[in-house]
Amino acid sequence: MNQNNMDSKKVVIELQNVKREFLVGDEMVHALRGVSFKIYEGEFVTIMGKSGSGKSTLLNQLGCFDTPSSGEYLLDGVSVRTMSRPQRAVLRNRKIGFIFQNYNLLPKTTSIENVELPLMYNSDVSSTERHDRAIEALKAVGLGDRLYHKSNQMSGGQMQRVAIARALVNNPAVILADEATGNLDTRTSFEILVLFQKLFAAGRTIIFVTHNPDLANYSSRNIMLRDGKVISDEYNNNIQSAAEALAQLPPSTDE
Amino acid sequence: MNYSNLFKIALIAIAANKMRSFLTALGIIIGVASVIAMLAIGQGSKKSIQANIAEMGSNMIMINPGADMRGGVRQDASSMETLKLADYQSLKDECKYISAISPVVNKSGQFIYGNNNTPSTIYGVNTDYLSIRQLSVSDGDMFSDEDIKSSAKVCVLGQTVVDNLFPDGSDPIGRVVRFNSIPFRVVGVLKKKGYNTMGMDQDDLVLAPYTSVMKRILAQTYLGSINCSAITEGLTDKATDEITTILRRNHKLKEATDMQEADDDDFNIRSQEELASMMNSTTDMMTILLGCVAGISLIVGGIGIMNIMYVSVTERTKEIGLRMSVGARGVDILNQFLIEAILLSVTGGIIGVLIGVCSSYAINLIAHWPIYIQPWSIVMSFAVCTFTGVFFGWYPAKKAAQLDPIEALRYE
Repeated sequence: MNQNNMDSKKVVIELQNVKREFLVGDEMVHALRGVSFKIYEGEFVTIMGKSGSGKSTLLNQLGCFDTPSSGEYLLDGVSVRTMSRPQRAVLRNRKIGFIFQNYNLLPKTTSIENVELPLMYNSDVSSTERHDRAIEALKAVGLGDRLYHKSNQMSGGQMQRVAIARALVNNPAVILADEATGNLDTRTSFEILVLFQKLFAAGRTIIFVTHNPDLANYSSRNIMLRDGKVISDEYNNNIQSAAEALAQLPPSTDE
Repeated sequence: MNYSNLFKIALIAIAANKMRSFLTALGIIIGVASVIAMLAIGQGSKKSIQANIAEMGSNMIMINPGADMRGGVRQDASSMETLKLADYQSLKDECKYISAISPVVNKSGQFIYGNNNTPSTIYGVNTDYLSIRQLSVSDGDMFSDEDIKSSAKVCVLGQTVVDNLFPDGSDPIGRVVRFNSIPFRVVGVLKKKGYNTMGMDQDDLVLAPYTSVMKRILAQTYLGSINCSAITEGLTDKATDEITTILRRNHKLKEATDMQEADDDDFNIRSQEELASMMNSTTDMMTILLGCVAGISLIVGGIGIMNIMYVSVTERTKEIGLRMSVGARGVDILNQFLIEAILLSVTGGIIGVLIGVCSSYAINLIAHWPIYIQPWSIVMSFAVCTFTGVFFGWYPAKKAAQLDPIEALRYE
């Protein structure tokens, strides 16, 4: 896949000169100083930057947690800037799947109940459909045999898989991952990366925010941020396979 | 957002953390139960103190004939012959505020049995007299209404009279004693009552049917006095007014008009004012005490509930953040926590009522403390504790729902 045949694809995310300022005490902090890019359907984009680069602020914008001070953000063709909090909550529910660094599963709750959670807030989905879709999503991340395990009975990798299933279950326009491998050891990180690459291959749109530069080798596009601006936006024409990297790792001594 | 989904979400959340849910409900259970038990004990004590004072005859009313004036000289109190049996009958039939009434005639004289004799007073009364004067029969029986109808020569002796006439301790029941020259068969003996505050021996008396005393001893048609009991001590004033009205009508006393002043009452009505005021002040004191007990236990229970609710919701700020980030609106979060708080509070409240009532009865059975459960104490404790539970389940959730989802997620 390269830049040329992208033009025919659907635009999922479009940022037009997005700026975000905060007033901290008397001082105006410019967290984003005019960010513009388009992300097309089926891309696997890593967004990188050091702390203070505006990475978190950008993620909050993309996740509809916050609205721009100026500029325009279109998610799946819908303008987010003028939306109210409840409208953005519904938008998150239908269009975005979140994956967090520390999983954020409901404690002492089964996998299937965790995965059903986003659909619980969508009254268009019946309870049988909710159940079926949750099972399907858990099978897709390889946890078909752990439907009724509780979140405190699982390893970090398993919990992150449940979180990924939860992000998939509402069939979102974009999956937003925030340091999704940050809490995992190398082997488990690669296992999760393999899963992301599978989703990418299946045509999902993924945005992966991280400070780990190695991960750029496994995505189709890498955006670098510094001081609230995009300093590079490059397509990766030589995507490495996470599955191969996993195979080359020394065998785990834990199991 | 439909409510069946929210209900399901709330149930899953309650079930997922059984310990927390149990502790939250326990706060409410303890709050409700302790308030009910405290009030039951307090009310019980109040009732029993009231009953003790009432036993002293605080609701007794005495009606005496007025004092006559003869040639400008006031005669002995109760010297008029104005109280008749007809008055007794109409008071008995018409008064709504009295529970017992007895005519009283008396005569002092010498009682004789064998070679013993003693001076005492014979009281002609009916069977109500026992309850009016808080007397009771310890041996034998009170004379009957039949005895009154037939003016039977039967009597019930006070303990002092028994001691004087039967010094050898033999059983007086069935023996015949003489009052002056008239024989009376003893049918019962009164329970010892001791001296009253004026130093009068309350056991130095003999009771007989009033008909017998009027016909066989006094040969008179008027009454010495009429004694009665108001239904409760608080109704004494109303009963007094009622009696005055009836007696004035019976005695054809003129009411005040433009032309002349009203006729004076030809009778006196006396109630136990000292006892009654003591009763009132004691009751007031107990009411204030109970109010304090109820207030303090409600505050203590309420603060307990407040704490556990507040802490358990604050602890879940992260969960609230997660729910909002996967698409719950603020109102969904609020409704979920409201449903949870209502479920826990109402269940806790109901269990609390059951435990409160049961433990009150247990205290009564085991420690023999008097208890009395008033319905309003159940309603009030349930309402206050449940409301506190719901409010403090709702309020922190409202705070959390106003947070940024991202901020809530980072909350530690």
